[in-house]
Formats: sequence, structure tokens, C-alpha cells
Amino acid sequence: MIDVNRQGEVWVFAEQHKGKLEDTPLELMSKGRHLANILGVKLGALLLGSRVKSLTDKLRHYGADKVYLAEHPLLEHYQTNSYAKVIYDLIHKYKPQIVLYGATTAGRDLAPRIASAAKAGLTADCTDLQIGDHKPAGDNQIHKNLLFQIRPAFGGNIIATIINYDRWPQMATVREGVMPMPTPDLMRKGQVIEEKITLSQSDLPVEIIAEHTRPKKVNLKAARIIVAGGAGVGSKDNFRLIWDLANCLGAAPAATRAAVDLGYIDHDHQVGQTGTTVRPSLYIAVGISGAIQHQAGMSQSQKIVAINNDPEAPILQIAHYKIIGDLNIVVPKMIKTIKEKGIKEDTVAAGHK
Amino acid sequence: MNDDGTVNRGALPAIFNPEDLNALEMALGIKDRFGGRVTVVTMGLPAAGAILRDALYRGADDAILITDARCAASDTLATSYILSCAVKKLDYDIVLCGRQAIDGDTAQVGPQLAEKLGIPQMTYIEQLIEIKDRTITIQRNVGNGWQQVKTKLPVLLTVTADANEPRIAAAKRLMKYKNAIAPVELEQKLKAENPNAAEGEIKELATRKCSELENKGLLIKQWNLDFLGADLKWCGRNGSPTKVHRIQSVVLAAKESKTIEPTDDGLSDMIHELIEDKIIA
Repeated sequence: MIDVNRQGEVWVFAEQHKGKLEDTPLELMSKGRHLANILGVKLGALLLGSRVKSLTDKLRHYGADKVYLAEHPLLEHYQTNSYAKVIYDLIHKYKPQIVLYGATTAGRDLAPRIASAAKAGLTADCTDLQIGDHKPAGDNQIHKNLLFQIRPAFGGNIIATIINYDRWPQMATVREGVMPMPTPDLMRKGQVIEEKITLSQSDLPVEIIAEHTRPKKVNLKAARIIVAGGAGVGSKDNFRLIWDLANCLGAAPAATRAAVDLGYIDHDHQVGQTGTTVRPSLYIAVGISGAIQHQAGMSQSQKIVAINNDPEAPILQIAHYKIIGDLNIVVPKMIKTIKEKGIKEDTVAAGHK
Repeated sequence: MNDDGTVNRGALPAIFNPEDLNALEMALGIKDRFGGRVTVVTMGLPAAGAILRDALYRGADDAILITDARCAASDTLATSYILSCAVKKLDYDIVLCGRQAIDGDTAQVGPQLAEKLGIPQMTYIEQLIEIKDRTITIQRNVGNGWQQVKTKLPVLLTVTADANEPRIAAAKRLMKYKNAIAPVELEQKLKAENPNAAEGEIKELATRKCSELENKGLLIKQWNLDFLGADLKWCGRNGSPTKVHRIQSVVLAAKESKTIEPTDDGLSDMIHELIEDKIIA
């Protein structure tokens, strides 16, 4: 258990696979930078791997004051026990006040193992992080400058702010895509701290025997326009309307968790808390009621068009253009109008495969 | 919600978390293929007894209810600690958990429990490949693909919905276990049936009934924190580093919003505006 250390740094786990940094830790650098500036402490990046020193420049360009470099042949592949051991030891040695992880498969596998060993708190899948004060009920002591770990929670339209004021470090995993990617500053300097790592085969109880990469069918994060369908679309056949509207706009087709669970479209297309978080120029929500979990993944869109036959649907509250009507009539009309305007069809969208 | 921002679980029906059913199915599948016994453990209010009966109907050999008021307000860390105390009382080779619960979606309790037990974890399992010579091989979903990994038992697995199709209750087992009950549930039931009976009478009746049920193999085991020998420092609110600062009902609102008539003219104007604003090309 690690005590409160006000001088502690802000750390980001710089997840890399096969010598390439993941997007999420890079996105986290902007938020980490912001938190470290408010607290007046350094931002550290934790880089584990085998022969990954070349990545330290990039981490400094993205905002790290310090890169803690842990290189060892046994760290070549991500493995729960070896990574957890190294990070736990570093936390113990340097006592950071905040440690952030991307809510990737590896991040969600690793962070709870470390939290358990450190007997520290951990909040999963945050969509925002802030610094603020907390006064426990019935206690006069105010805990200042805590990490506010903000995430949508239980059963619908609530946002919970979680804090951890006595057992540090304050740790959180953060959803992919919820923080904007910082612009790298190629002139930025920083320090690389090479850690001496001792590991043996017994720190790797699990053996990787085969791996296979499934490329994503669609890159929602890169799409300028997204057309998304919800359970209201009604059937897989009817989901063709979403594909058609997306195709004539050069947009990427997407869906809510409900539509994915109903088998209308593949999970790669899911937007929301358990899917991809997107921030396109235009988001057209068709037959989507707008649960907070879905909104968490798309509310940052520049413009939102919502088509729904229920005037009470929550999605309409965040839409810039509300269309209350039957999607089976509205969508074909839209397609017709767009084609008349002669909007150039292109193949940016993943399209039909 | 409770005043401290935690969920008032008493106000909610107890449900079998969907991916825990996949974990149970994997356990039953392992039993079918390789033998063994399947014990189901849950921590919850007395109403969670219903989940354990469901597990017995589907094929579990044994059921244990951890129920204690001092478990209330446990976060994932405290929950994993309490569960670890229970698992350590059992003779196990494989601990299976659902990948995540549908309330918090945190996926944290499995890995935390593995750490507390000091055993390896294999998360996001989409397929059990084999168990041979006390070595287990599985396929896990790693987000952008899959990975096949193996390790020596004991191990903790977290199972995803893609791993299998949970079996339904077997009619014969349903008939057998529909009267299975945990002592706390039995006491509540006896109180309801005998509203005028004194506390002592109920207790006496419950004790007698419990031993009858136990002889028939119909008593759901009930463990509290004293029985587990759990250190209260790590349980419930005390054992939970994370606290709720606040809960907000959020109504996000667009800054400028207009209603578009679902007519040709209305849609045409909207699309014209989006083109003017360079939102669409």
C-alpha cells in the first residue's frame, strides 16, 4: 500500500506491440500533460519492451518529461505477470500520484493486477479526468487536488466521478479515442531513465503459442462522416438503409451496441462505451434512442443529425438537427436529396465487403 | 442509489450476470470432458440464492453464498479480497469468472482475484482448446485478433460471451434443486410463514430444517466474513480505496439545435446547410 505523495509524478503506461506504440497512450499524453501541469509535477511515460529505446523520442515529442525505459528480452511480448511485476516495482520505487492506462485489452488485463498488488484503487473505462477537491461526508478534512475519474455508470443516464484519496497511486484506464491526439512537438526535450530489470522465466507462467491479427473491418476513428443505426432500424435487411446512406456520403457505417447484439452489423462498427469513441465532422444517428453509453462514444461529433420517430428519444437532446419521423421514409428521402445535390461519392467508407 | 453514491443493490433484482453464465458453461464443459466438480460462489444479498439455484439447475455440484452486511459498498478490490478468502477455502485447479459484469463493465475482479490467489490469469477467453497433463491451452481475444496461450494449473480464466452457448436448466435437476435454499433465505421464509412466532422459535425451526436439507444435499452453503477469516480492514467500505465523489444525471444538450421537417424541402434545406458549412463535401 502506497501513501499519498503530493510530489508524485503523473504516469502514462506507453503500451507498445511489436515496436509500435498504441494510439491510446499517445492520446493519454495530452490529458496526462494537462493534469501534470495543474499539479506542477512531471509527466512520465512507462515504456516496457525489448529493444524499444527508439520509441522514447516519440513519447517526449508527445509530452513526456521523463521516459522510464524498462528493456528486457523477456518483455518482448506483453504478458500479464512480467509487465505487472515491472510496473509494480517502478510504482513502489518512484511513488507516482497518478498512473493512467489505455482501456485496451492489455490495459484492462494489466491494470487490475497491479491495483491488486498495490492495494490501490482503479477506475475502469474513464471518459474524462480532471483535478478537483473532495470532502467526505461527515469529515471536515478536504482532500485537495485529487484525480477525478469520470465515467458513465450503472444502468443509464448517469455519470459517476470516482476518487481515491487515501491509498495511492490514483489509477484509471481510459477509453480509446476519448482524448484528442496531441500534436507532437519535435523540438521537445525530455529525460530517459533506463531501469535495470531482473526477470526470469518464472515471471512468465503463460506461454504464447500462436497469434493472429484480425484487421478491423472499418476505421471509424478516421471517418469524417459516420452514419449509425440502432435497434430502431428493426432488422438486418433494413440495415441496408444505413449502408446506402453511408455509401452516398462517403461515410463509415456504424451502430449501437443494441444493433450489434441483434446481429445487424459486426462489432467492429460499434460506437460507444464498449465500442469505438468517435469525433467526426458529421454523425447521423438513425433509429438510435441515445443511451448514455452510446452518447459517451459520439457526443464530441462536430454536428449531429438524429432521425427518430420518438420525440422523447434522448439522442434528440444532443442533436443539432432533429428529424422526428419514420426512418424508412426519411432515409430514402435523404439519399435522394443527396444524390440530387450531386455530392461526390467516394470510397472513403469501408463500404460493403 | 444510496446517499454515498453506491448502488442500492437491495432495490434491484438479483440476476445471473450474462458472462458468468458463459464461465459456468465452460466449467461444466470441462467437467464433461475431463471430470471434476463445479462449485459456484457468489457474494451478495440473500436474494442471490436464486442465482445459485439456477447454477444448480444447470449442472453445478455445489453452491456457496457469501453474504454479510459488512461486504456492503465493496469496490472491485474489496470484492476480490473477499472472494479470494472464499476460494482459498476450496480445493481448486481452475477459477472461472465472467469477463465483466453488465453493471459496472469493469472487468477488474477476475485479474484482481488471480493476483490475490497468486495464480496466472487468462482473460478474454473465446475458446477452450485443451487440458492435458495439468496444462491448459486457450484462445483469447486480444482486440485486434486472437492469441493462443497455455499454462500449468492452477489458473484463473475470464470468459467472454463468444466462448459458448450456456446450457439451460435440466428438468430433472430443476425438480431436485428447486427446494435448495440458503439458511438466510430459509429464515426469511419461515418468518414470513409464521408472522407471530418468536425470534427464538424461528431460529430453532430453521436449525432443524437446515440439517434436514443438508442431509438431502439441498442446503446452499452460506459463509460470512468471520467464517472466511477475512481481515475487515480489506472488506466493504474500509477495504475500498475508490469512493464516489458525485453522481450526475447528465443531459447533454446541443448548443444550437433545430427541428427539421421530414419532408423533401426540410431535408434538402438541411443538406444544403451542411454543404454550406463544409460539413459534407
